[in-house]
Amino acid sequence: MPLLEVRNLKTYFHTREGVVRAVDGVSFDVEKGETVGIVGESGSGKSVTCYSLLQLIPRPPGRIEGGQAMFDGKNLLKLSEEEMRKIRGHKIGMIFQDPMTSLNPYMKISSQLIEPLQLHKGMGKTEALERAVAELDAVGIPDAKSRIDSYPHEFSGGMRQRVMIAMAMISRPEIIIADEPTTALDVTIQKQVLDLIKTRQEDLGTAVIFITHDLAVVSEVCDRVNVMYAGRFVECAPVEAIFTEPRHPYTQALQKSIPALQEKGEDLYTIPGLPPDLTKPIGGCAFAPRCEFAVENCAHGWQPKLVETGPNHWVQHCRGCVTV
Amino acid sequence: MAYLELENLTKHFRRRTGLFTPPEIVKAVDHVDLSINEGEIIGLVGESGCGKSTLSRLIMQLLMPTEGSVVLQGKRLADLTPEEIRKRRRDFQMIFQDPYASLNPRMTIFSTIAEAVLTRHPDLGKDWDKLTAQVSLLMEQVGLDSRYIRKYPHEFSGGQRQRIAIARALATEPKLIIADEPVSALDVSIQSQILNLLRHLQRDLNLTMIFITHDLSVVRYIADRIAVMEKGKIVELGESESVFKNPQSPCAQVLLNAIPKIQF
Repeated sequence: MPLLEVRNLKTYFHTREGVVRAVDGVSFDVEKGETVGIVGESGSGKSVTCYSLLQLIPRPPGRIEGGQAMFDGKNLLKLSEEEMRKIRGHKIGMIFQDPMTSLNPYMKISSQLIEPLQLHKGMGKTEALERAVAELDAVGIPDAKSRIDSYPHEFSGGMRQRVMIAMAMISRPEIIIADEPTTALDVTIQKQVLDLIKTRQEDLGTAVIFITHDLAVVSEVCDRVNVMYAGRFVECAPVEAIFTEPRHPYTQALQKSIPALQEKGEDLYTIPGLPPDLTKPIGGCAFAPRCEFAVENCAHGWQPKLVETGPNHWVQHCRGCVTV
Repeated sequence: MAYLELENLTKHFRRRTGLFTPPEIVKAVDHVDLSINEGEIIGLVGESGCGKSTLSRLIMQLLMPTEGSVVLQGKRLADLTPEEIRKRRRDFQMIFQDPYASLNPRMTIFSTIAEAVLTRHPDLGKDWDKLTAQVSLLMEQVGLDSRYIRKYPHEFSGGQRQRIAIARALATEPKLIIADEPVSALDVSIQSQILNLLRHLQRDLNLTMIFITHDLSVVRYIADRIAVMEKGKIVELGESESVFKNPQSPCAQVLLNAIPKIQF
């Protein structure tokens, strides 16, 4: 049985402009110790998917309209706030994009680090502090014993992200949700942070849900990948299959737009147009208006369903251009 | 003759470490010599904190150098009066990383761009129609629909905002553009659009461009030459393809190795 089983999750936002179907029927599993990637452009609903699991969606305007997320025999979407608080930061940890806004600038690193231990594990202060120092050591913060009494602003961006990882890992959660954890960092620091997440994950056997828009990062860290477009998954596959035999035109287009793979001098490949307006019902394949293979058939009728085309390789069966 | 020449450019910051200890000196930019030809795109790469942004601020005359000088078309900028520098500054413009922070949220696209147009053509202030036409033209040049001229920045996506920032930079008809990480905050697919746009504009308007980034794969594509900075010094300078294929300095090698690669 998978560690986390999400089925048909729907999160809508009720705004003045209409109902935004931010997440519209998303299903995926997370197995123990694996890394699942969710890739997509901004606004595709990848963050909303994960925030829904932890009930971090502002309500109103957001509302979880349906589906279930089974974790530990409980449906996360139906938990009361009190029960949820026992899971957040304890069983499921989070690493956010911007470590400066997710650390409290007025609190010492030490008090922020030991909070989950005191809260969830009922540890005493001295014991918790010892654990916190060991954890900072493990994420590669030099001289952890004296740095633990610093404030967040005394650390650089990369170091702050290390503190965030230590904080997420300290209560030994079963799942970590990492929302673009390296987007705000430069390449050399990005590599260090990715390597760190990987080694900590191997040491502790934590599962990771990795949200990013960068396919190259996905190829470095993920075991399975879900490609998201307009609130739905268009392709789900083991990471190798996503790169060697992408089936959906959107996955193919995303890959073609990586600058490193293109010759100097010619124009970079870009996906024309914009993502669809999610307040309006979408007929047929949501990607059809921007798809270079689109035929008339694509944009009509019901939205295509995911079908299995290879071992564990699922793709939205667009009637016009995806052949199964 | 080189269009822009940096001679022995140096900027030291003093940092107080304590009340009675002598201040520490941070060498943000340390004896940099660099000459840039007209119509060239030069990529400036390095890890965060290596001094690339300080260097760009020195060129923009937003900071005064501790030592050395910036020579633009044979004229030493430090010798000019503040008045003249202000006039000169129209010739060089900056595009910043974060299009959310660099546009005034209370100004419409029209006022944002028109303000910049007026610094070059103050007489257009009396001719409303001509000014509007000029702003529309700039918007179309960067691929924005001129129907959106009365909208506010928050009504646009990140990529579109970066286009607005580019239109504003072009409004003063500059010759030199310093782009400080212009695509780092954008999605991969939008990045390509902005890079294409910058390259086309550079070619059509014969702009000289300094492109600052930490992402070597982006800079390889856009730049003619690459300068690698480390601890305030330029440690490597060469044709972009050769720096990419055969990096000499350890710093460039580290940067190259850090690029996430697709392994399949």
